[in-house]
Amino acid sequence: MADQDGVAALERAIAEASEFLARIPALDARELEAGFVRVLGRKGGVLTGALKALPSLPADLRRELGARANRLRVEIEAAHEARREALRRDAERRAAAGLDLTMPGRERWVGAAHPVTRVVDEICEIFRELGFTRAIGPEAESEWYNFGALNFPADHPAMDMHDTLYLATPEEPGPRGGRILMRTHTSPVQIRTMLEQAPPIRVVIPGWVYRKDTFDPSHAPVFSQIEGLVVDEGVSFVDLKATLVHFARRFFGAGTGVRFRPSYFPFTEPSAEMDVQCALCRGAGCPACKGTGWMEILGCGMVHPALYQACGLDAERYTGFAFGMGPHRIAMLRYGVPDIRMLYEGDMRFLRQLA
Amino acid sequence: MNVSRRWLEGFLRRPLDARDVATRLAMAGAPVDAIEPLAPGLEGVIVGLVEEVRPHPNADRLRLCLVNDGSAERRHVVCGAPNVTAGRKYPFAPIGVTVPHGKGGGPMTIERARIRGEVSEGMLCSARELGLGEDQSGLLELDTEAAPGTRLLDAVPVGDDRLVVDVTPNRPDLLGHKGIARELAASYRIPFRLPAIPGSPGATSPTARRVDGTTATIAGLRFGIEDRDGCARFLGARLRGVRVGPSPAWLARRLAAVGVRSINNVVDATNYVMHELNQPMHAYDASRLRGPSVIARRARPGEAVVTLDGVSRTLTDEMTVIADEAGAVGVAGVMGAAHVEVTEATTDVFLECAWFEPRRIRRTRRALGVSTEASYRFERGVDLWGGPDALRRCIELIQATAGGELVEEPLDVWPQVTYPPRIFLRPARVTQVLGVELELRELERCLTAIGATVVSKPADQRIAVDVPGWRPDITAEIDLVEEIARQHGYDNFPTELRPFRVGLRVDAPLETAAARVREALAARGLFEVHTLPVGPSEGPESVQLLNPLSAEEAYLRQRLIPGLLRQVELNWSRQTRDVRLFQIGSVFRTGGGPRPVEETHVAAVVTGARDPAHWTDPARIPAPELRDVDHWDLRALFEACVALALPGASVQVDGAAWVARTPEGRIAGRAERLDAEAPPWAAPVYGFELILDPAPREAPRFRALPATPAAERDLALILPAGVAAAQVEAVLRRAGGALLERVEIFDEYRGPSLPAGTRSVGFRLVLRAPDRTLRDAEVDGLVGRVVAALERELGIALRAS
Repeated sequence: MADQDGVAALERAIAEASEFLARIPALDARELEAGFVRVLGRKGGVLTGALKALPSLPADLRRELGARANRLRVEIEAAHEARREALRRDAERRAAAGLDLTMPGRERWVGAAHPVTRVVDEICEIFRELGFTRAIGPEAESEWYNFGALNFPADHPAMDMHDTLYLATPEEPGPRGGRILMRTHTSPVQIRTMLEQAPPIRVVIPGWVYRKDTFDPSHAPVFSQIEGLVVDEGVSFVDLKATLVHFARRFFGAGTGVRFRPSYFPFTEPSAEMDVQCALCRGAGCPACKGTGWMEILGCGMVHPALYQACGLDAERYTGFAFGMGPHRIAMLRYGVPDIRMLYEGDMRFLRQLA
Repeated sequence: MNVSRRWLEGFLRRPLDARDVATRLAMAGAPVDAIEPLAPGLEGVIVGLVEEVRPHPNADRLRLCLVNDGSAERRHVVCGAPNVTAGRKYPFAPIGVTVPHGKGGGPMTIERARIRGEVSEGMLCSARELGLGEDQSGLLELDTEAAPGTRLLDAVPVGDDRLVVDVTPNRPDLLGHKGIARELAASYRIPFRLPAIPGSPGATSPTARRVDGTTATIAGLRFGIEDRDGCARFLGARLRGVRVGPSPAWLARRLAAVGVRSINNVVDATNYVMHELNQPMHAYDASRLRGPSVIARRARPGEAVVTLDGVSRTLTDEMTVIADEAGAVGVAGVMGAAHVEVTEATTDVFLECAWFEPRRIRRTRRALGVSTEASYRFERGVDLWGGPDALRRCIELIQATAGGELVEEPLDVWPQVTYPPRIFLRPARVTQVLGVELELRELERCLTAIGATVVSKPADQRIAVDVPGWRPDITAEIDLVEEIARQHGYDNFPTELRPFRVGLRVDAPLETAAARVREALAARGLFEVHTLPVGPSEGPESVQLLNPLSAEEAYLRQRLIPGLLRQVELNWSRQTRDVRLFQIGSVFRTGGGPRPVEETHVAAVVTGARDPAHWTDPARIPAPELRDVDHWDLRALFEACVALALPGASVQVDGAAWVARTPEGRIAGRAERLDAEAPPWAAPVYGFELILDPAPREAPRFRALPATPAAERDLALILPAGVAAAQVEAVLRRAGGALLERVEIFDEYRGPSLPAGTRSVGFRLVLRAPDRTLRDAEVDGLVGRVVAALERELGIALRAS
């Protein structure tokens, strides 16, 4: 009798659950959850209760009905989950239909590094791929570091290229002293690096340099420079060219034309200027490149033996190369900035444009 | 250095294209900054042959000409020039061509016209109309074999290009056309030689004879060197019967092409030689020299001389002068004096061709504040051994253009004869520096191209190189290596990356720290800026510049904030209200010694809206300024920046500001509200500045995350006047013990419902035991003890709800 009742209850539960399962795709959220609790609720669900009573049934019935009931449970659970998901998506769609999605989104302030900083970082990163690390040095320097050790002859016209700001402080005594000035280039850090460490040397040197120069659209009294220095045994002019051509193509684009022209710097020999094909006219000649089709990008050369001597390195054993470029000028080219002064103004509109 | 294309063509004996020349010079190390076509606008003008001249039927002064323009037809041209003659050739501007100077002075385009009833199909031109001179009295007669119809520019040497060459300070030889021609000859791989001088049979004068001692005398005129430090060599020549007058057109034109005004044939001859051979010369009216003598000596302190430009200049004994017996007749190597100049009345000319010490000239011209074509060349170094040739060239020119006879022979005062250096070059060294092995023959070719004499000694594995005198920059083996690279062609070296050893240096820690801070501030919506590191004095520790550009920029900055505030004000002046800027840069203060103390600072300024406005913002916020950045935004920004820039430092209250204190107790940063020149609509400005510590930041450590639930209790506390939240928190922490995980402030209230002078602050206590769930009774007990402690220690009561 008890068996009969149990079997009947189980069959009723299966019937009710089957009927619920069939209705699931049409139910709304409230009906779905209510029905699910009625059938499969942990306390009092009809199918849950029937499944709990299974052990009391005869083995043969238990097997057959139990399997059916369990299968049904799994199906209901899956259908319930699927319906829930469908309803959620429906709700979203309905909610969205009430919004004007052409209205603007909610912004947050976004800042950025200075355009020149970003150019500096990009350049340094390219050289990092070639094994260079970053070195720096002081902006106030002695004459020896800025000129003497770099093979600038005293009272030479080469000094005309470096209109120098001096400090009203006493001279620094000693062989590496002299008047104190605001460095006119980052090259003193070449000397500091060679004094501090033995080759192999592979550094890039970003920094600020000073000239006694008034502001105009293409000149600033204080501007950034990136210097590079490589010193080791067996470093040659071919390595200089290869390294800098690699840099130029990474920075300006793979197909960029590059040329090296002889030039003069007291601290390198042979010295060169590296030009890249004018990005505006692609070499055809335009006002930006003064009609030459080329843009002067950096100065470079093989480290002059006098520098090794100044730093106590063997000039017959070691060779190396150095280069220097102006990130301000490169940033102006890259971002199309017509006047260098804009890079010193801090105008929020300008900074946001170039962010 | 201005270079004339035609002058170069004279050296190379072939036509040159200015653009091609510019490219070749650039690749030789002397880039051309500009190519300026001279006598421009003559492209359409051709050679016209006047075949017939008839009177104009309706005008006395006009003639009807039949012009052969090279075509099958003949052009009828009405012409008013008195000198038009049948059978002669003149510049002819056909219809449609524009000539540089029309009747109104500007360019004029020739049209078919009817003049007094007669058709005119073009114009025969005067020199003025073509921009070739001031002569407008008649047509420019052409002395040319060129056929009618030939381009005027091709028929007569009127067209030229001026190339503005950027000569580096190490290459004085490129300050003369000969030096430029030498580079071009090497580039084209052709020979070159001095151009012939029109009307001259060639240099016939004898080479200057060297005399013993420091002075020489030519027909009673004594010249020489007293200041041997300032003047190493002094050649002189004397010409009598010279007829000073205007230079021939070719000479005037050549000088005009390089931007030099024609003075007279003698002065022009000296200028010509200077621009050709880079040897400045000076011509004196010998009859005006007292003594007569011309001596290079040191100036006497305070000695004055009126130079050619009319300026009276006071000299020092650091300078060399050229003097006669009465006094200075010129500042050596810089500028001559007016009273001994060659004039139209001069017939007796003394020519000076000297070598002055470059440093002496440089110091002199800097002290005097002048720079001349001569000083520019002397301070870079003229050819010490080139004097005799330059003197001969100058004599030849004067004799060709002004006549005159040499008086005796030119003499050469050269007390200490020296020779250009001989340098030994090791081919192995060339390979070491340049990275490719060049054949001996190529090395020799490169060196010969610069004018060096080469003696190979393969057995020694070195080459003896006699450096030419015009290359004072070549003094060592490495200089020869550069010349080889240059002549071989920089573009002919390979560019393949070869294996290398990496450097062993780590990145500068300051750079790493700066990058960390920069990234964080940018992420918080601030823009990095750069300000000038010079400005007015900021106090006794400001570092002063010796030679500032202006009084407002006479000191190095001590702080970044003032520069940032100026940029905020600039933004306000451009109607920008929301400004958020930061900078990482160097600051300086006096350190007692020669060098200033240099530090890297980080500073930021913020003003205006905390977030961008959005249309969902409540339309009527009771106080709109609540949207603006305030002290609490500043505090969070400062704390975040301190955590990155000053590892280990803590933020503390100091009066109306917060300061960052390092573990050693040093104050290394400050954040506060700032004063600025603000328009009425601007929001308050807040800012901070701190020292950037390059010390690396320690990596954070993991602590076990809580596994038990927390209990929260909110306390509304009445704080009497003078009691700070930090004091309350300290008591809470002490009384709360280990179970008090966190204290948050969620609210502050001041108002009439509270006792006067007090405020109510809402504290939320978050309590947790790591090993169990806290029971309510335990929490209530703890909160009771905490409240009691507050009451006891700070007189704080719970606010009645």
